[in-house]
Amino acid sequence: MPDGAAPILDVRDLKTVFHTRSGEVHAVNDVSFDLRPGELLGVVGESGSGKSVTMMSLIGLLPTPPADVRGGTVMFGGDDLLRIDANRLRAIRGARIGFVFQDPMTSLNPVYTVGFQIMEPLRKHMGLGKTAARNRAVELLELVGIPGARQRLSDYPHQFSGGMRQRVMIAIALACDPQVLIADEPTTALDVTIQAQILELVKDLRQKLGMAIVWITHDLGVIAGIADRVMVMYGGQVVEQAPVKELFRNAQHPYTRALLKTVPSVRGERAPKLNVIEGQPPILTAAPSACPFRFRCAHRFERCDRENPPRFDVGQGHDAACFWDPETNGARHA
Amino acid sequence: MLDDRLEGAPRKKALVEVRGLKMYFPIHTGLLRRKTGDIKAVDDVTFDIVEGETLGLVGESGCGKSTCGRAVLRLYEVTDGSVRVDGHEIAHLGPNTLRRMRPTMQMVFQDPQASLNPRMTLASIIGEPLREHTRLTKPEQLERVYELMDQVGLNRDFANRYPHEFSGGQRQRIGIARALALNPKFIVCDEPIAALDVSIQAQVVNLLEELQDRLGLTYLFISHDLSMVRHIADRVAVMYLGKIVELASRDDLYGDPKHPYTRALLSAVPEPDPREESRIQRIVLQGDVPSPANPPTGCNFCTRCPDVMDICRKVDPEYREIAPGHFTACHLYCETTTMPAEPTAAKEAFEPIQQGE
Repeated sequence: MPDGAAPILDVRDLKTVFHTRSGEVHAVNDVSFDLRPGELLGVVGESGSGKSVTMMSLIGLLPTPPADVRGGTVMFGGDDLLRIDANRLRAIRGARIGFVFQDPMTSLNPVYTVGFQIMEPLRKHMGLGKTAARNRAVELLELVGIPGARQRLSDYPHQFSGGMRQRVMIAIALACDPQVLIADEPTTALDVTIQAQILELVKDLRQKLGMAIVWITHDLGVIAGIADRVMVMYGGQVVEQAPVKELFRNAQHPYTRALLKTVPSVRGERAPKLNVIEGQPPILTAAPSACPFRFRCAHRFERCDRENPPRFDVGQGHDAACFWDPETNGARHA
Repeated sequence: MLDDRLEGAPRKKALVEVRGLKMYFPIHTGLLRRKTGDIKAVDDVTFDIVEGETLGLVGESGCGKSTCGRAVLRLYEVTDGSVRVDGHEIAHLGPNTLRRMRPTMQMVFQDPQASLNPRMTLASIIGEPLREHTRLTKPEQLERVYELMDQVGLNRDFANRYPHEFSGGQRQRIGIARALALNPKFIVCDEPIAALDVSIQAQVVNLLEELQDRLGLTYLFISHDLSMVRHIADRVAVMYLGKIVELASRDDLYGDPKHPYTRALLSAVPEPDPREESRIQRIVLQGDVPSPANPPTGCNFCTRCPDVMDICRKVDPEYREIAPGHFTACHLYCETTTMPAEPTAAKEAFEPIQQGE
């Protein structure tokens, strides 16, 4: 991963609010991150931590209302995606930024053939003719390892297995050679042996195509295997961000530290008792004025109730939004 | 023959004994909806669960693990085989006698959202088994409900609230309290943590373990999460396409897996540590699980097995004990790999199996 290269995607202070009958839900609160060319950024967090909503907001995939992308900038290739007009955004979405969603059955249209769905972006975005699009679609299916690609173009999604459908989704996302691929829990709905196949495929595709990837997941194991850098989200905020090895070796935020300890492994020593993070994730009815993790935190200061901690830089490209410093077991000052 | 399969099992008394359990679902096709075949969801499964232990049942989706758990509790009419719970044969009991057995065996479901009635309060959900199966008076029932709520860590003030007011983890606690209401001995936990977040999973697993210690419960813990099963189970059975391919103590299964499928399954689990992760020798299985309506001839795993031999495509391997307490069904561990080990077993694979004999 080239260090110091200009980021291909630069998100600053993104804020997304949902208007619901019971008031506002502050799903994304001042999220900032960047994505460098060719890098795989893992985004970890529990359900409701805002990881998917962040990615959906930045490419305008949320229905508004109820969603309201309130602020921030998303710089991509010199454009601010939050401010450019719908036509230009449409030309970027699906072409220069591709997506893979969690559930391949609900994101593929059951009444169109797989071939039609792969050819659609090729014809719309790249202006390819029928034959050229068909040939490219065959290439793409071969690239993602679907046997008998040419014959399978005329099959419908239900004729594919779960793993094969996810391969089709990846083929569609890759159709226009995107610079950025956003993958939202792409292996969560799959069995472990099929997940292993897809992870191998993604590693292989990265080498061949070199696009930057944002990989959203709640599975720390998956992150450890494929990510270059990890961003941990909690309560709609980025609580920690670091290169993958650094994060697993030297986690700073109490949430990340606890999360790493709650996950049992199938290898090595077996812990007699599981570590638990007591309590529940926060309900985000107001903009945060204090640390979202404070009620579940073992290192809570009085200051945590008054202020939302900023992201402190701890070196090695690592930052954590916490007043507690694990090295000194004392407070951190800006 | 069935009994010497289990010779090396722990010496303690078995609470649940399952022998040759088969659960087939008929396939009807054509205009007249004639029965044209079977989906062999559970096909000749044999295991014991010792009193006070947790047997983990793992496998990928569609392997029959949930069906197996439900068949053991007689939530289905089983096709064939025997299930003894606490000394009583329940596989072919009539509805009235079965009902009297129900309090002994309970279930915790996967999806706490779907398994709790949204129109019932927490107290009536947890109290329902008491109303159905006991003669407790209303105040006695409520007292018991409170006691159960304390046990699973729910605040008594929540008794009149509805399920939608609770988070996933709390809902799962409600499901557990309901399962405990009649003082069961045996609980089938069907993916009880699959719908929960990582940090909440640990809470529920710890609660289940704590309750087991306190109440001497016996669990069949069904899950696809191999690392959680390693944590909670004493012994583990691995299913593939309706059959148990390997069963062993937790440490044997995870430390020294014998069946090629178990090995591949374990190696596919990602490791939450980047340094370890890069060192893992992955066995990436090719292809997908075959349809249980049309399983391959011979060993069910022969279409994807990295160590497949000629015999595997012809003869279904016998499920046998290869070391004390370690069972597997694989030709790699048969002495007579060159010859059909058991001609009858091979024949069975071709012949339609008669039902209800």
